[in-house]
Amino acid sequence: MLMKKGAEASLFLENWHSRKVIMKKRLLKNYRLPNLDEQIRTYRTIHEPQLIHRAKKAGVPTPLLFMIDVKNSTIIMEFVEGKQVKQVLNHFEKEERLRLCRYIGELIGRLHNHGIIHGDLTTSNMILTPYDKVVFVDFGLGEYSTELEIRGVDLHLMKRAFQSTHFRYAKECFYAVMEGYEKVMGKETTKNVLEKIKEIEKRGRYIVERKKR
Amino acid sequence: MPKNTMYCLGIESTADDFSVGILSFDGKILANIISAYVPEEGGIHPREAARHHAQVAGEVLEQSFQKAGIKPKEITVVAFSQGPGLGPCLRTGATAARALASYLNVPLVGVNHCIAHIEIGKLTQNAKDPVTLYVSGGNTIVAAFEARRYRVFGETLDIAIGNCLDVFARKAGLRQKEGMPFGAMIEQLATQGKELISLPYVVKGMDLSYSGLLTAATQLLHKGKYRLEDLCYSLQEIAFSMLTEVTERALAHTEKPEVLLTGGVAANKRLQSMINSIAKEHSAKFSVVPKEYALDNGAMIAWTGILAFRYGLKTPIEKSFVRLKWRLEEVNVPWVEEA
Repeated sequence: MLMKKGAEASLFLENWHSRKVIMKKRLLKNYRLPNLDEQIRTYRTIHEPQLIHRAKKAGVPTPLLFMIDVKNSTIIMEFVEGKQVKQVLNHFEKEERLRLCRYIGELIGRLHNHGIIHGDLTTSNMILTPYDKVVFVDFGLGEYSTELEIRGVDLHLMKRAFQSTHFRYAKECFYAVMEGYEKVMGKETTKNVLEKIKEIEKRGRYIVERKKR
Repeated sequence: MPKNTMYCLGIESTADDFSVGILSFDGKILANIISAYVPEEGGIHPREAARHHAQVAGEVLEQSFQKAGIKPKEITVVAFSQGPGLGPCLRTGATAARALASYLNVPLVGVNHCIAHIEIGKLTQNAKDPVTLYVSGGNTIVAAFEARRYRVFGETLDIAIGNCLDVFARKAGLRQKEGMPFGAMIEQLATQGKELISLPYVVKGMDLSYSGLLTAATQLLHKGKYRLEDLCYSLQEIAFSMLTEVTERALAHTEKPEVLLTGGVAANKRLQSMINSIAKEHSAKFSVVPKEYALDNGAMIAWTGILAFRYGLKTPIEKSFVRLKWRLEEVNVPWVEEA
C-alpha cells in the first residue's frame, strides 16, 4: 500500500514475512537521463542503509533494516510506530516542546560526533514513538563528514525547517536544539557551528545582515 | 473606455533590463516595454547598466504611454521594483518612479521583484496557488505561499543557475548577441550533445549549489578533452535535474495543485519538459510564464503594485529607499488568500 509518495522515493507499507515493514523504493525518474538516474538511485540505495547503520552505532535510534535490493533500488525496513515530530510539535506545551527539541539536538550531536551528516534534518524526518524515543529516518541525502561547514549546513537546514513549518516557535525550538547539541559536542564546537550557521545565512542571497560584513 | 478606470504604471530596473508596464486595475496589460542593456564584454557592470537605464528611461516611458493609449495624468498609482537587485540599477528606476509620482501627485508603491515574478505568473497563467520555480541570471528560488507569506522552500546556496550557464558560456568563448542570450546558445549546443560527462550533482535538502558544478565544468573545458556540445549537454542535464529534484520535493511537501515556471531560464525547453514531467507525476497543473512576462518586466511590477495598493499599501517617498537584499518572506502579502 502506497503510504507516502515522496519526491525522491515512494514509501510502501507492506506485510513482509508477517512483519509490518516499510518498503522504500526509489522510482525511476523520467526527467533524468537513464544513466544519471541509475547512478543516483544506486548510490543512494547503497549509501542510505550504511548511514542508518552507522547512526545506530552512534546511539541514534533509526529503523531496523531487513533487506536491501540494489537492483530494484529498494530498502525494506521496520515500520516505526509513532507520529512525525512535524505533526505534534506545534500542539505541545512549551516545556514539552523545548524538552523534545533539546533531545533532538542531542541526537543530532551524536550523529555529528560520529562523523555522520543527516542531510535532510526536518521535523517530518523524525518520528516520536509512544515510548518517547525519537527515531530519525530518511538518510537518503546523508554523508560522512566532520567538516564544520557541512555540519553547519546540516543544522542550518534544521533551522530553516523550523522557520517554514513551525514559524511561531522557530526561535525557541532551534535554541533548544542547540542546547541539546552542546551537551554532546561541547561549548567550543557548538560555538563554532553557530558562527558557521551565521556565516551560511549571510552567504544566502538578499540577507540584510550581509551588509554588516 | 469608462472614465473611472484606474491604471498603475510599474517601473522595473533591478538588473540589466529597464522596463515600464501599464495595467488597468482589473488586470489588463496595456503596455510592457523592455529595454535591455547588452554588455560588450563580460557580465553586467552595475554602473554601466544604470547608465543605460537613465539614458532610455524617458523614451521607454513615452513608448509605454503610447502603446497603452492613455495619458500620464490618468495614472492612479506608480509602482517600482524596490529590490532585490543591483544598487545603481535599482536607484535609477526608483528615482524615475519618485519623480513621476511627485509630478503626477499620485501614491508610490515599492514592490518586491521576486514576488512580482510570482504574481504576474499567476495573472497570465490563471494560477491560484502554485509552487513557483523562479530561475534567472540572479535568482534560483523555489517558493510557495504558506502561513500568510510566500516562503522560500529551496534556493541556491551560492550562484544562480543562469549565472552558472552564462559564466560557462563566456569561458567557452561564446559571444552574446541581442536576442540570443547565452542560455539559448547552450541549449542549442546541448541538443548536439551525446555523451553524459560526470559532473557534481549537489542537492542539500531543498537547496542547491552551482559553484562546484561551474568550476568542474570549466576545468573540463580547459582540459580540451571533451566536445563543447557534450559539456553543454551534461551541464544542462545535471543542473536541471537538480532543479527538478528540488521542485519536486517542494511539490511533494506542500501538495500544491500547480507548478509555475518563470524567469529567464524558464525559456529552456529541456527544463520545461523536466518540470512538466514531475508536475504530471504529482497531478499538478504545469505552466510556463511566456517570455515577455518571465523576463524582468514592468508589467509584473505594475500588477503587484495594484494588488498592494488595493490593500492600502503605499510607500511614502521618504521610505522609498531601495532594498538590495530584500527577501520575499519579509513581504506582507494581504492580497493572497489562505488556501
